Amino acid sequence: MFNAMFSMIIFPGFLFLAALSFLGEFIDRKIYARLQNRVGPPWFQPVADFIKLLGKQEIIPTEANQTMFKMAPLFATASVVTAFFYIPLWTPEAMYSFNGDILVVLYLLTIPTLSFFIGGWYSTSLYARIGTVRSLTQLFAYEVPLFMGILSSALLANTWSLTKITEFYVAHPWLWLMNLGGFIISLIALLGKLEKTPFDIPEAETEIVAGAFTEYSGKLLAFLRLTLNIEMIVGAALLSAVFLPFALTYNPYLDFVIFLIKLLSITFLISLARTVVARLRIDQMVNFCWKYLVPLAMMQLLLNLAVKGVMIK
Amino acid sequence: MRPGKMLREVLRTGLKKPVTVLYPKEKLDLPEHFRGKLKFNPEKCIGCKLCMKDCPTNAIVINQVGEKQFEAAIDLGKCIYCAQCVDSCLKKALEYTKEVELAQLDAQKLKVVFGAEIKSDTKKTSL
Amino acid sequence: MHNPSEEFKIPIGPQHPALKEPESFSVALRGEKILGVDIRLGYNHRGIEKACEERTYIQDMYLIERVCGICSHSHSTCFIQAVEEIAGLAVPRRALYIRTLVAELERIHSHLLWLGVAGHEIGFDTLLMYTWRDREIVMDILAELTGNRVNYGINTIGGVRRDISSIQIQETLKAMDLLEERTKYYIELGLEETTIIKRLSGVGVLSYEDSLHFDAVGPTARASGVKRDVRKDDPYASYGEISFDVITDTGADVYARTIVRLKELMESYKIVRQCLKNLPDGPITVRAPRKIPAGEALSRYEAPRGEDVHYVKSNGTDKPERVKVRAPTLANVQAVKHMLKDRFLADMPIVIAAIDPCFSCTDRLVSLKDDDKKADVMTWQALHDYSIKWHSQRGVDFGKLNKKLQERLSK
Repeated sequence: MFNAMFSMIIFPGFLFLAALSFLGEFIDRKIYARLQNRVGPPWFQPVADFIKLLGKQEIIPTEANQTMFKMAPLFATASVVTAFFYIPLWTPEAMYSFNGDILVVLYLLTIPTLSFFIGGWYSTSLYARIGTVRSLTQLFAYEVPLFMGILSSALLANTWSLTKITEFYVAHPWLWLMNLGGFIISLIALLGKLEKTPFDIPEAETEIVAGAFTEYSGKLLAFLRLTLNIEMIVGAALLSAVFLPFALTYNPYLDFVIFLIKLLSITFLISLARTVVARLRIDQMVNFCWKYLVPLAMMQLLLNLAVKGVMIK
Repeated sequence: MRPGKMLREVLRTGLKKPVTVLYPKEKLDLPEHFRGKLKFNPEKCIGCKLCMKDCPTNAIVINQVGEKQFEAAIDLGKCIYCAQCVDSCLKKALEYTKEVELAQLDAQKLKVVFGAEIKSDTKKTSL
Repeated sequence: MHNPSEEFKIPIGPQHPALKEPESFSVALRGEKILGVDIRLGYNHRGIEKACEERTYIQDMYLIERVCGICSHSHSTCFIQAVEEIAGLAVPRRALYIRTLVAELERIHSHLLWLGVAGHEIGFDTLLMYTWRDREIVMDILAELTGNRVNYGINTIGGVRRDISSIQIQETLKAMDLLEERTKYYIELGLEETTIIKRLSGVGVLSYEDSLHFDAVGPTARASGVKRDVRKDDPYASYGEISFDVITDTGADVYARTIVRLKELMESYKIVRQCLKNLPDGPITVRAPRKIPAGEALSRYEAPRGEDVHYVKSNGTDKPERVKVRAPTLANVQAVKHMLKDRFLADMPIVIAAIDPCFSCTDRLVSLKDDDKKADVMTWQALHDYSIKWHSQRGVDFGKLNKKLQERLSK
């Protein structure tokens, strides 16, 4: 019991995840800055921002639905942290696993978006309203290629459990190369989930201020930002578990370092993506996802089906 | 059309040193004729007060403090550093310097008087 | 509870991340679609025109320079041209060349700044960082030549205040080479990067006819195919002696405006090089009187944002009687409303930014109408009678005049 609590709350649970997410945010911001020829923030900046926000006054609009407004960030944080428990990290085994956990993880990763929707919608700000509608519209565009990309990998491994997927790819080295297309598709779709450029449409600063987060301040905003950072880490961990399950040496220290490298490489790719492109419009984003990403993901699925057929023979 | 056209440039830039100048630690050289804080030379002033007349913000006040002795009170908070007074001055009693770090917490410290000390000095010598 | 399919209004400004200056755009929306835009000016009215009347011409020079932070040389030159015309001053050729040189350097810095702002508005912050980094090159050159980065203070009535040395010429030429290379890269980027093209093309369309109808000026008009450039139409300073092309485009959208500005940068480098090469020798200023003789003048100037117009009326004293500033944004802002109709909310920031707005220069005094108070209604006859009475009080008798007219006509 105590062990379970420890692993959930401290390591590799919430606190470790929070620390990792601060590291992730720092890497993201630093790389973004350096690629733009700037200096960027010092290493403690994300923590400093978090602490400062915790100390700020909380302003809740009188028109807003108090309960929903306050609950939304908690829902979001809780769901992403829960999702993390089911993802195999540096060991091929996750903390908890059962057949079908891949769907639960994907579902849990959808909850933050819905929480932002609820929080933004009940804040009654017009900017937040537009932002929430946009984030829901976007949800229907990126979820499909993301699911298809991740499920194509599961299809090849013939299991619905993340732990089993990792085990399968460890048993069949080099087979993960088959899913490279799926990895790229999922990475692009993940940009939409994380609301990063070019898909930062729901919080487009120059259009609708901060989208769903417009009315948030103080502690609540701190937790919303933490959620987004954790979501990035969880998303990267998910991709690395599903698509890059290689180089597991069964030496926990070495594996931990390799895991970090994988995670930071995915973070680097996310930062790179938001450096080199402009923000799309919501209609262009939906078009792009359905016109290019979904057919490509479909092709990946078909490819994996064919490979599986060959393997069975 | 090519998405990510900037990729190469961006990666190349990432390896370079940032161009940001970390201001209080590093300072850029100002150009030779930068218009900074004014300097007043009381010995050259003849009290024509053309600078006072031309100053767009009335930042400079010339006071007579003795026989052919003038002091200039310059309000650095009002001064817009156009250096019109330098151009207007017939005797070149005013000039600009490259001094730019003039921020003060106390507004009174922005009011600078030139020439007051020299007045007392000359008085002593003349006596 | 609010239904997003209904029509609703959101405020963009006076305080909004998309706008760098306070101005109010009230946008009527249905979902993401813009139904209409209400623009309200006047959040940054500073009363400069009135203040000019209470200061001498020399003081006005520096006040007018501060109408706009970006095109400060434009406003100051425009005002001084008008004053010089009234005073009948023959400005030395070397001074005119230096004015042209600073004007083009200012255009370079303004257009690079615009490119960065446009990048930021479409969420492309890397472009913002790069262009503003490169803009520092021209800012340094301006500081070197004039003594400051903004508000150069190079103009004076009857010439310029600072001469250019041969070392400075060499430095400027070197900087131009560097900037030209960078600009070529940005042109290439603008022509190829998919997300830029997607976000800019087909957005904020202002057709040739509409451009004439709304009296658009500057790059906004030129991107709609209107060949309108004061530098060519009514050459001032030394533009008459310099060869350059007026860049136009037929795209009529934001993308065309971007391309026009980028190509204009290339023209500016050309002009700067010519100015430095053909810089005539001689004095840089003529003596100007403190009291400007009575008269009036209208001066036009092609600022980076478009045609800038200054009107100056003098009454023989050392202070102008009236100064009128028509900043280019005032001419363009009317077109924004038209450009935004039936577009998406996401296009709003970039469409506003595409005219390169400078709201502080534009702001006018706004008199608020009291809607509750009923206006006085006069019938035609009452107005006629009132007019006759008003004039007869001032010694004009329309009855007599009418008789005289009748007599003349009958003859």
